[in-house]
Amino acid sequence: MDLKHLEPMSDYVWRLPPTGPMRVPGILFADVELIRDMDDKVREQLAGVAALPGIQTAAYAMPDAHWGYGFPIGGVAAFDPEEGVISGGGVGFDISCGVRTLTTGLTVDDIRPVANALAAALARTVPAGVGSRGHIVLDHAEMDAMLRGGARWAVEQGYGRADDLARTEEHGCMAGADPGAVSDRAKRRQEAEMGTLGSGNHYLEVQAVAEIFDPEAASAYGLKAGDVVVSIHCGSRGLGHQIGTEFLKEMVEQAPAHGLALPDRELASAPIRSELGQRYLGAMRAGINCALANRQIITELVRGAFARVVPQADLALLYDVSHNTCKEETHTVDGEEKRLFVHRKGATRAYGPGHGAIPEVFRTVGQPVLIGGTMGTASYILAGTGHGMEVAFGSACHGAGRRMSRTQARKRWRGRELVDGLAGRGIIIHAPSMRGVAEEAPDAYKDVTQVVDASDHAGLARKVARLRPLACVKG
Amino acid sequence: MTRHWEHFSHQADVGIRGYGGTVGEAFQAAAEGMTAVVTDPGSVNPEFTIPITCHAADPELLLAAFLNAVIYEMATRNALFSRFSVTIEGASLHGEAAGESVDPARHHPAVEVKGATYTALKVAREGDGWVAQCVVDV
Repeated sequence: MDLKHLEPMSDYVWRLPPTGPMRVPGILFADVELIRDMDDKVREQLAGVAALPGIQTAAYAMPDAHWGYGFPIGGVAAFDPEEGVISGGGVGFDISCGVRTLTTGLTVDDIRPVANALAAALARTVPAGVGSRGHIVLDHAEMDAMLRGGARWAVEQGYGRADDLARTEEHGCMAGADPGAVSDRAKRRQEAEMGTLGSGNHYLEVQAVAEIFDPEAASAYGLKAGDVVVSIHCGSRGLGHQIGTEFLKEMVEQAPAHGLALPDRELASAPIRSELGQRYLGAMRAGINCALANRQIITELVRGAFARVVPQADLALLYDVSHNTCKEETHTVDGEEKRLFVHRKGATRAYGPGHGAIPEVFRTVGQPVLIGGTMGTASYILAGTGHGMEVAFGSACHGAGRRMSRTQARKRWRGRELVDGLAGRGIIIHAPSMRGVAEEAPDAYKDVTQVVDASDHAGLARKVARLRPLACVKG
Repeated sequence: MTRHWEHFSHQADVGIRGYGGTVGEAFQAAAEGMTAVVTDPGSVNPEFTIPITCHAADPELLLAAFLNAVIYEMATRNALFSRFSVTIEGASLHGEAAGESVDPARHHPAVEVKGATYTALKVAREGDGWVAQCVVDV
């Protein structure tokens, strides 16, 4: 991105002044190198978001921002409930895609002798990759119950423990979900996909706690150096994709009737108060519940695999965060508390210490922010900050963010060579497709450490722990 | 213009671009390019054929609707498609897709396509033919 369009506010905060139809400025959180590496499309998309009706304070780009569709991936935007809009592209196709991390009660020394067997058991147990099918098939009534209940429904069905719910955003159940707003086609697309990982950048990873940056927060999160954790990255599967597809079309078609002059139709939106806006909210919230239920089911599958290989393991949920959502939240705008609809597209909610939505056990240190890296580098756990609440509606980055397209990556690397190279570094990879591995090559992503450091320096979230991969089941 | 497809770069996802002598041919080529996001279209045998029908307000939205209809069939039938026929009449598209069930051992599918987006969405004349393109979310 050309720096000439931006005003530096500090080493890690950049302002895109409002021009033309922009109602508010754009704010980008990143160091100068990350900014330079960002596609100019991020600036164009941020400017488009800043022009939408009812937007509050600014359109934000997180340090991992890259070219998305309509909204940049790594984009955050909050809207007034009366005058504002809700955007299908601002949530994304993979509604509530997210990460959950579980502690295991094990150390690296416990895992080392059984690592291969454990990785194989996980790969056998959790359906992954294109065409994989889940073991749970829901009838119509069960589907609707799942869409209303989310992870709570999954626990009631025997997939998990009651204490998992306290460690999940929204206590595992997004209020306001309307299964009636979800089409039969979307439900049909989900029929065989419950408890599946998906493909692309989705994964299930066994990780070692390699470094602790904040001992107090790490202790509250139940982490210490040498511990083994498991992270699961996936979303709402076919149901979410179909909801996104259908509402994007409807939002574009109805935009003129809503009086919305969209700068680009990829910014497809609807007034929050409109019938379409309300219907999308109901469907999107059902999509969030689908993702929460999916990660909850996979959690129980992972527990089963661990129990067979390392019976002494005790997998407890640390936390579950979602990346692609629009949620109604209370924030301070111009000194006054206000209800807002906050879009986070490829961005993590990062509530600061004391927020009532954070589980009591770590409320004083801030919400855990789980940042997925790559299968060859690192992942991070951060904590939300009070400053982040003030400057970005309590939001932070969500991952490394791609720096190279899949096409470029496929030309540069071969999957088998990557897997062998990682094996030489003690990282076990199970993947259904070697071409998929090449497209997900660690070097096709930005340096996750640089992204996380930028989030930390910008005050969006502070570093708590670094995780290094031991075994990865790729989607 | 002979029918062919290519991919173009998008940081997170994949751009697909189809060329053809008619709009319909460009749509067919774009759909073949979409299959190529997942696997080599040459590895997909036309074992069964399904009808595809969709409607949209203009040719660009019709392209996205067509690709999304194919994505839906791929997801719900657990299938891949390699041959397409398309007839466009005004705001309606009628066509067929021929393919087979996913065979992971033979197709080595790299990634599933979640949806066709309106990003870089374009249907336009180019030279003596047509180009049809968009970014698909993977």
